[in-house]
Amino acid sequence: MATTTPKTSPEVGGMGHSVKRKEDPRLIRGKGNYVDDVQLPGMLHMDIVRSPYAHAKIKKISTEKAMKVPGVLAVITGETLAQFKLHWMPTLMSDTQMVLPTDRVMYQAQEVAAVVATDRYAAADGVDAVEVEYEPLPVVVDPFKALEPGAPVLRTDKPGKTDNRIFHWEVGDRAGTDAALKASDVVVKEQIYIPRIHVASIETCGCVADFNKINGKLTVYMTTQAPHAIRTVFALVAGHVGLSEEKIRIISPDIGGGFGGKVPVYPGYVIAVAASVVIGKPVKWIEDRMENLQADSFARDYHISAELAAKKDGTITALKIKTVADHGYADAAANPSKFPAGLFSICTGSYDLKNAFAEVDGVYTNKPPGGIAYRCSFRVTEAVHAIERMVDVLAQELKMDPAQLRMKNFIPKDKFPYKSALGWEYDSGDYPAALKKAMDIVGYDALRKEQAEKRKKGELMGIGISSFTEIVGAGPSKHFDILGIKMFDSCELRVHPTGKATARFGTKSQGQGHETTYAQIIAEELGIPAAHVEVEEGDTDTAPYGLGTYASRSTPTAGAAGAIAARKVRDKAKKIAAYLLEVGEDDLVWEPGKFSVKGAPQKSKTIQDIAFAAYTNHPQGMEAGLEAVDYYDPPNLTFPFGSYICVVDIDRGTGEVKVRRFVAVDDCGNIINPMIVDGQIHGGLTMGLAPALYEEITYDEQGNVQGGSFIDYLVPTAMETPKWETDKTVTPSPHHPFGAKGVGESATVGAPPAIANAVVDALSHLGVRHIDIPITPEKVWNILKEKDAAL
Amino acid sequence: MSQHTIQVNVNGALQKAEVPARLLLVHFLRENLRLTGTHIGCDTTHCGACTVLLDGVPVKSCTVLAVQADGREVMTVEGLERDGKLDPIQEGFYQEHGLQCGYCTPGMMMTGYALLKANAKPSEEDIRKAISGNLCRCTGYVNIVKSVQHAASAIAAAK
Repeated sequence: MATTTPKTSPEVGGMGHSVKRKEDPRLIRGKGNYVDDVQLPGMLHMDIVRSPYAHAKIKKISTEKAMKVPGVLAVITGETLAQFKLHWMPTLMSDTQMVLPTDRVMYQAQEVAAVVATDRYAAADGVDAVEVEYEPLPVVVDPFKALEPGAPVLRTDKPGKTDNRIFHWEVGDRAGTDAALKASDVVVKEQIYIPRIHVASIETCGCVADFNKINGKLTVYMTTQAPHAIRTVFALVAGHVGLSEEKIRIISPDIGGGFGGKVPVYPGYVIAVAASVVIGKPVKWIEDRMENLQADSFARDYHISAELAAKKDGTITALKIKTVADHGYADAAANPSKFPAGLFSICTGSYDLKNAFAEVDGVYTNKPPGGIAYRCSFRVTEAVHAIERMVDVLAQELKMDPAQLRMKNFIPKDKFPYKSALGWEYDSGDYPAALKKAMDIVGYDALRKEQAEKRKKGELMGIGISSFTEIVGAGPSKHFDILGIKMFDSCELRVHPTGKATARFGTKSQGQGHETTYAQIIAEELGIPAAHVEVEEGDTDTAPYGLGTYASRSTPTAGAAGAIAARKVRDKAKKIAAYLLEVGEDDLVWEPGKFSVKGAPQKSKTIQDIAFAAYTNHPQGMEAGLEAVDYYDPPNLTFPFGSYICVVDIDRGTGEVKVRRFVAVDDCGNIINPMIVDGQIHGGLTMGLAPALYEEITYDEQGNVQGGSFIDYLVPTAMETPKWETDKTVTPSPHHPFGAKGVGESATVGAPPAIANAVVDALSHLGVRHIDIPITPEKVWNILKEKDAAL
Repeated sequence: MSQHTIQVNVNGALQKAEVPARLLLVHFLRENLRLTGTHIGCDTTHCGACTVLLDGVPVKSCTVLAVQADGREVMTVEGLERDGKLDPIQEGFYQEHGLQCGYCTPGMMMTGYALLKANAKPSEEDIRKAISGNLCRCTGYVNIVKSVQHAASAIAAAK
């Protein structure tokens, strides 16, 4: 693995050290504090009645029997919330969704009513006893049918709405791209479906809402990746009933995995808050796994039609993409507001092509609200899957090696910063180096020879490449906001008199290890040992405002804020050091941990000396203390990249795909903690394997969810997951304060097309050009049978 | 709902309680005894976040009734550390970055602990098989395998 020599000692533990995680001592002892571990005096439990229908009128809700169940205290319906005008709420995309319905349900498993009881068993009994009369309505499941004239209009709540289109979005030069397609020697076209999947973090969602009637303060412990934004949303939604932002405290405790699924505000949170406000006691709501899989926001569900054009020699000339995006009954994505299709316009990928056009239509259907990420930065996975599949389709058409075709079309290293055809300015990259490294590690040429020999024997083996470019770290305030709130992030750093520090951030780790890596950033900048830097996040009463952790934005934004705050502290420390050493500031030199006098290195002051002086002996006229705050507004996004190579063997008897090897070469710029980066890649790869081969949520014609539990929704176990081989190249981001790019999602984004390309490669000699993911044994078996290649 | 008096030895301490027949062992541990290290991740016995040892055998405590533990021994993640010293399996997870969000970790460690009691020198395949009933969404299992191997080496070295 490529490493850069750390500037600090292992004792200081700045950047580049594999510092052991500060989070772990509590977590390995079972002493974490997750939402369901929160137990407050007098706490009540809430459970939710859900719809068995995908689309139905609610004729009547009878709560009498439920209220007689021992322990049940209240049943909350849409009518209850309507009295407070809380039965609808905005989504993060400025759409609207029901908290609880008053007249209609729009998807199976939608919240219909909530039961509050003295314990969770009584609440569940109460749910069983609530009687609801429904009148089924026509169900719209297929987004293409939803767009047809005469399709039932689903959002009748929206005055004047006459169809099921949510938005039409387009980017690029349509006419120029059409002309380039016409002028090209070769055009390949493919329909690519990227199915609905669910992040399925092992901890489900939940909250404990605790309203104090005496002081009017609402404290909500909740599974949220963005506590500050949630506080503002609560204040905006419930301001009219007296919840005021300074009286709302959101605490995001230890989070058992997020991956994008814990960004939205789910109805359960809002109902629990309403219940606590009305009843005046703490109310806990924890969803079970089936509720989590069936009702929480989904990811993907993109129906892509892609055309890629090239000259005979393989020079790619144009890309055109048309996509239908199924968002379910509400647009509940968590994209920056100016980007209804997220950052899908990164779809030109790692390639230097002049003409591109992409359009996306968002569509309502009778499915749960969707459109969130699955460990990816706003639709980047969809974009990468499209381009990386299409490059392979083109290679097949041209009878070119897919590695060679990529090498020929990569954006050259000397063209960075590079302006893409769809308007992004890529910060830095060296794509050929990453692919070459991956090919060397996997032994590409030898594998191609082996494949040729195996084909002669009738054995099926494939090699798949994905050379992806991500776009993360949202984002520059000029273009990026959520509900109008700019997507900066923040750090408040306090250096205490004894030279130890507390650093608070606007983000919230869900397993990424911020308590460790953020401390390392401060250690790098100030020379204070990472062990002496306490990192806090997730409590809106104490942490500075920030937009939270998702889209691989923590290191690019909050991490940058940490570095800048530390540099502000260092600037002040320099003034104090000059005073203490009785020299001018220009006479001082900095090395991590101390200022010394130029030419007289024995005359020096450590950061700890300076910290003490900041409170005990600071210059007259200077404010006491050693603190800084930074709200970092990134000048650009960051563009991590990598090249992955996957080798698969296919069982002709069963259609099963076995991943034999998977080599991942990632470039996330400068690395804070190599151990943690490797861990992020391992996990990301596994969440790339999952949708490539196993995971999918489907619906029947009546809108019944198929696969709404772990019985059918196949999260990979240790048995299916290969032994990942990882390596790195390091191309720092030129605009980030310490050259980092973000890494949490690269592998999830890059892995699926490598696997799909490998499977198609194994079958390409049979005339197979594309298979939609997940590539199940059944799909492969049917292809083998059709091609007369099954055993 | 019938009530039952149960006596369960939990992490070496005898716990006597009056519980309803339907109370799940995981809720007995988490809510009655406030041992919240054992987590809940699904409703169908698939995820293994709730894995504890019942008479030394890993079970998913979301699918065991508290009354079924009457007169038996239960060991949870809180029982791993002895006299202020981490169990080798805990040390292994710490050293090898075997956890990220930490939610599956207690169950994963209990499964690993039981494996090493039964098989002191497990192969990678043995380890992967043993933990195949415990889902992890963060780590991709690579470092979990290394963590169990780390513990196995430490136990062997201590003998």
